[in-house]
Amino acid sequence: MTFLSLNMSVLAVIVPLMAAPICVLLRHSGLAWAWATAIAGITFVLSIGLLQHIMANGTLVYEMGGWDGPWGIVYHIDEVSALVVMIVAAIAAVVMPYAKLSIEREIPKERHYLVYCMFLLCMAGLIGMAVTGDAFNLFVFLEVSSLSSYVLISLGNDRRALTASLRYLIIGTLGATFYVIGLGMIYMMTGSLNMTDLATSLPEVQDTQTIHVAFAFVIIGFGLKLALFPLHIWLPNAYTYAPSAVTAFLAATATKVAVYAMLRLIYTVFGDVNPFETYGLRGVMIALALLGMFAGSLLAIFQTNVKRLLAYSSIAQVGYMVLGISIGNAIALEGGIIHMFNHALMKGGLFMAMGCVFYMVGSTDLKDMAGMGKRMPLTAAAFVIGGFALVGTPLTVGFISKFYLVQGALAEGWWPIAFMIMFASLLAVIYVWRVVEVMYFQKPADGDLSYNEAPIAMLIPTYVLIGAAVYFGTDATLTSEISLNAAQTLLGGSK
Amino acid sequence: MSSFNPGLILIIGALPVALLPHALRRVYLLVLPLIGLFVVHNLTPGTVVTYETLGLTLELLRVDRLAMVWGYIFNIAAFLAMLFAFHERDTMQQVSALIYAGAAIAAVFAGDLVTLFVYWELTAISSVFLIWAARTERAYKTGMRYLLIQVGSGVILLAGVLLWYNDTGSIQFGHIGIETLAGKLILIAFGIKCAFPLLHNWLQDAYPEATVTGTVVLSAFTTKLAVYALARGYAGTEMLIYIGATMTAFPIFYAVIENDLRRVLAYSLNNQLGFMVVGIGIGTELSLNGTASHAFSHILYKALLFMSMGAVLYRTGTCKGSELGGLYKSMPFTTGFCIIGAASISAFPLFSGFVSKSMILLAVAEDHRWFVWGTLLFASAGVFHHSGIKIPYFAFFAHDSGHRVKEAPWNMLLAMAISSFLCIFIGVYPQMLFDILPYPVVFEPYTSAHVINQLQLLLFSALAFTVLMLYKIYPPELKSTNLDSDWIYRKFMPCVMQFAGKWIVRFDRGVRSETLKVLDDIIALIEGQHGTKSMMSRSMHAGTMALIVLSVLLVFLVMMMI
Repeated sequence: MTFLSLNMSVLAVIVPLMAAPICVLLRHSGLAWAWATAIAGITFVLSIGLLQHIMANGTLVYEMGGWDGPWGIVYHIDEVSALVVMIVAAIAAVVMPYAKLSIEREIPKERHYLVYCMFLLCMAGLIGMAVTGDAFNLFVFLEVSSLSSYVLISLGNDRRALTASLRYLIIGTLGATFYVIGLGMIYMMTGSLNMTDLATSLPEVQDTQTIHVAFAFVIIGFGLKLALFPLHIWLPNAYTYAPSAVTAFLAATATKVAVYAMLRLIYTVFGDVNPFETYGLRGVMIALALLGMFAGSLLAIFQTNVKRLLAYSSIAQVGYMVLGISIGNAIALEGGIIHMFNHALMKGGLFMAMGCVFYMVGSTDLKDMAGMGKRMPLTAAAFVIGGFALVGTPLTVGFISKFYLVQGALAEGWWPIAFMIMFASLLAVIYVWRVVEVMYFQKPADGDLSYNEAPIAMLIPTYVLIGAAVYFGTDATLTSEISLNAAQTLLGGSK
Repeated sequence: MSSFNPGLILIIGALPVALLPHALRRVYLLVLPLIGLFVVHNLTPGTVVTYETLGLTLELLRVDRLAMVWGYIFNIAAFLAMLFAFHERDTMQQVSALIYAGAAIAAVFAGDLVTLFVYWELTAISSVFLIWAARTERAYKTGMRYLLIQVGSGVILLAGVLLWYNDTGSIQFGHIGIETLAGKLILIAFGIKCAFPLLHNWLQDAYPEATVTGTVVLSAFTTKLAVYALARGYAGTEMLIYIGATMTAFPIFYAVIENDLRRVLAYSLNNQLGFMVVGIGIGTELSLNGTASHAFSHILYKALLFMSMGAVLYRTGTCKGSELGGLYKSMPFTTGFCIIGAASISAFPLFSGFVSKSMILLAVAEDHRWFVWGTLLFASAGVFHHSGIKIPYFAFFAHDSGHRVKEAPWNMLLAMAISSFLCIFIGVYPQMLFDILPYPVVFEPYTSAHVINQLQLLLFSALAFTVLMLYKIYPPELKSTNLDSDWIYRKFMPCVMQFAGKWIVRFDRGVRSETLKVLDDIIALIEGQHGTKSMMSRSMHAGTMALIVLSVLLVFLVMMMI
């Protein structure tokens, strides 16, 4: 094992973390952008290496400063972590080249370096959450990513971005606090913060009131971060008013990493407790997931701003992931995990398409989409393909996710849930169609149908994600293999 | 020998259409289906091309004799439709028609249910553009309804397929049967596309709203694809005999009172599907041959009739029976072709409908189902009445409406001429059709019993039409007519038909309006809760959000304590 492959896990966190302050030193918009882009690229390469390494050699444990297990902080990377790191790094590497023009249009020049600095910090925090094997360290990285994302959102050019960011800050802090409270109780009962260590010591105390309450606190803490219905209220405003590139990045990564953390808590930390059965919470979680799927989709149907529409759709899509986690058999879990990846691709692509529209038109209101099929044919086509993926049309990634989720529900014999998954997809047809209809079948108010496509530098990254959403929908061998391995690793913890 | 699905020729071939210059494009559009026909002709039954993915074996191409029949006729229909639309400059229609036809062909050659599902949905999505192409508000709304129902059929199909896979561990598309829940769901999905009674509304709703050329394309593929799927999966399912018999009979009541002639044709399309479904339900070799050949000839004569009405609509701008009439003077060729189509659908001897319909009727008789046989006879008479006589009569004869228009364009006439030729050719020389049928044919259409039986039926039906016409014109005189045994067809039958028709129409209308009302209420309710001004989508105070978080915590804790 070379130095690089041994330290890749740490490097993936440290590189963006250390690089972030340099953006502040650079100050210059262009330089900061080039620096951040290079770092995102390097991190992406590292994350690919990490994933390959894990796929070949199995779980990797890295001890910080050589301090062992339960005392020192360890990084614990298995297939799920590596996949999530790869998602975050890949999305960052695609969004950064796109961000330059988009940020120039939406944010005053003197603040650009802040965006790139915060972007790198947020990325470091998200990757840190995915690799860490220490429950308190998870909180630290959660705060790193959250605080930087509050700043990123507040930089949006709409005045409402500030209030949206403030609300998110309050709720996000509430979530983090909930997590720390729960963790404190767990620490009180077990005396450990190391995840593997907790997994062995928790079953002894699993029936105490303290651990019950602790479990509720940590789950709700992350429920807030991943926007589980009805804890989603911060999300629509935050995504709507944040700068386009930021929305694309956060929508594709932040909730996914929170879903990952929840997976980790349920299947590793509480793995041997089997909390859904022991605490009788499976029903509540499934109910919340289903509610989220329907409420999110229905709310999306009635939105008049497309970014907001997509934000509500994210709440519905998170519902699918939580549903996969809550059903809890290998296939459903695989569906939930693969949907993390798939949804990152399609939602990232869709928000980037909206960023292109905002760049050219200065608005993402539904009424301003009229005639986009003629004026910005490439952007509109990207939106249509992404929309297909969101609906779950075969040959797109959405189909793969839903295929596994439905199979997972059927394996348990839960027909009604399988039907609800299908039915919720039909709702997605409606909200996607509303946009497509306006783009292709309505004439703009000023009747201007002249060709006015977004710059190629923004279109290419958009199409990279949209293309990936189609590619991994036609050939899901790789992604399904990774997520199946990941699901089995997670379930291996809870016998 | 090709190893790819012949439907892909049209689907992939459709992609560059928009880039071609107009003159080249028109020729290109005509050549594609011919290539498709050639490729289908060179397929060897028994060929299977598989592809492994996600642990499933997809049969991207499966050739057998059943699929071949549909492969032939779909390509012929695509060619005729393209010829009919030769003058058309609307790229959207051309591309979607090609993809639609290609998807239908590809679905026929799909050997597994997942591939079938993909093409099944593709036919739905591509075909709706033919309705929207009319570019009216009405067409747009109709299209949306059509799309919802068609995609809904696909979703039900997918649900059924997943269940089927779960039950059997295979996705191969063979005999399914209605014993399992999966089988029932898939049957419903097929039934929607096949316009089973009570699942049929989309057909009469959508087809008459499409463009002149769009309706011709639409009439050929969707429903016949469903017939194919039924024949493959549900041959010999007794329930289908009764469903089919109902389908043949009930549209007649509507067709008689309908004024829009394209809608009359849509009803008679529904009625003709009934014959095919009955054939599938009986499930003998003879009846399945009958279904296949009826689908074959039906596509031709129904397209011919829709073409003739399309030509009328194209020239006069209307398709309402009450606004037309006397057109035979200005459109003599169209009149002639329409009469050939009418004769075929009415199953006059020497026309295509006669050959195929007799086959189904004989199969029903051999199965000793006299009641069904009687229903089919009644339906045959009804078809003759509304498609055979009413359509040509109101459009081209009757009172002179004063329209003085040009004859249809040459390409329309040529398309109609080829269809007419095929209709007569099959009627006179059916061996050609028999040779491609799925099973060996031991059937002689022109026995004296068949011919006399059919002619009797047709002539009495013609008499009934005359009587009804008179009845409308001279009601007081008819009432005082001395009636004896002819009372049955002069008085009783029209009365029963009118009465039954009125009630069926009223019932159906009631069901539909109630359903729509309930739907509207639900939408209003959802909008109230989820609309932009509703509680759910307003931005909330941070305190309220915290309160919600606490309530969720409470729910969690309570659930854990129980």
